[in-house]
Amino acid sequence: MADHQHTGDEKEEKKHGYYTGDIHNQFVEEHRVENAVGLIWRTFWILLAITVFEVGIAFTSIPHNILIVVFIVLTVVKAYFIIAFFMHLKHERDALKYSILLPFILILYLVVMAIAEGNYLNIMG
Amino acid sequence: MALETTLDQPKKKVWGGGISPFNVSWGKMYMWFFLVSDAFTFSSLLIAYGVMRHRFTEIWPKANDVFTHFPFLEGHIPLAYVGLMTFILIMSSVTMVLAVDAGHKRDNKAVAKWMLLTIIGGFMFLGSQAWEWYHFIEGNEQGAYQMFDGRIARIATDPTTHELDMNTLVLPSGEKVTGAAAEALKAKAEHIHGANMVRNQYGHPLFANFFFFITGFHGFHVFSGVIINIIIFINVLNGVYVRRGHYEQIEKTGLYWHFVDLVWVFVFTFFYLV
Repeated sequence: MADHQHTGDEKEEKKHGYYTGDIHNQFVEEHRVENAVGLIWRTFWILLAITVFEVGIAFTSIPHNILIVVFIVLTVVKAYFIIAFFMHLKHERDALKYSILLPFILILYLVVMAIAEGNYLNIMG
Repeated sequence: MALETTLDQPKKKVWGGGISPFNVSWGKMYMWFFLVSDAFTFSSLLIAYGVMRHRFTEIWPKANDVFTHFPFLEGHIPLAYVGLMTFILIMSSVTMVLAVDAGHKRDNKAVAKWMLLTIIGGFMFLGSQAWEWYHFIEGNEQGAYQMFDGRIARIATDPTTHELDMNTLVLPSGEKVTGAAAEALKAKAEHIHGANMVRNQYGHPLFANFFFFITGFHGFHVFSGVIINIIIFINVLNGVYVRRGHYEQIEKTGLYWHFVDLVWVFVFTFFYLV
């Protein structure tokens, strides 16, 4: 990835694509990811292995509370691989990454609040 | 030649105009932020599901007791079918990203091939979901008894062999009723099969409501994705992107398709696993 070796003023010239130059003059990206196909299949095998593992441990005698934590962690891992490699977010600029990912802090907040509310309603009957 | 000047000598400020600060086209940025908003919608639905599940923890159905069928196989086989659906959707995500990659290489034939496989994967997933819905709506032969207060008394099953004990009913509290008491209860209750928006043989009706709404909303996303993929596939066959000189449209469509896969990963976890 030669693009990342630039420093100083050259940083602003860093581009992953070109402008079409037609009436829309649209910026078109060109991802220069080395061995893109290999990366795709590696991601596929990881996702498949995690799914098979999840289905497998669902039938073991591991306590359900522990299983729930394991399932949620593995789901986030799967989401990471889909977003980072299938959707190529890993290869986007940091500014775009953060503007997409940071809003989900609000979702985590809502999860905590709402589940607490559900438990409270349960106790109240 | 003003255009070339802009390209050769970009302004010093990233946000000063003339360059793409995020290094993405406007179309792709719109797609990303649409997906963020759509992810919020799905999150809200799944969180609402979580609230009701915690509200009715004791009588909430367990997915492993509800979705136990597999095509052409007899017996109690939970999780396998939905695991297969997950595999189909991941596989169609792979063919989609291979189409994007073929687009980067300007290989029109390969793009067409991978798009076609993605469309087939999408239809396979939709068919699987229809099958899953059919079995949920139909229910099973033994059904369950809905008591006058709306609660469900289920027919007891052996926890290991899954054999039915038709003379024993299990109340929502877990209490077992047998013999004459069970017969009296059956006489006063309504025998129901399957699930719809107002009742659910497997337990709380809200489970069915959330199941229909969330998997239905996701299924509609898959359906829209398949339609969009078909339009793009026709464009590829007609050489639209050869003339345009780039395949960015495939990337934008791909983002949407991967998002559909991403949502399914969460639906799979929260409806079937936990």
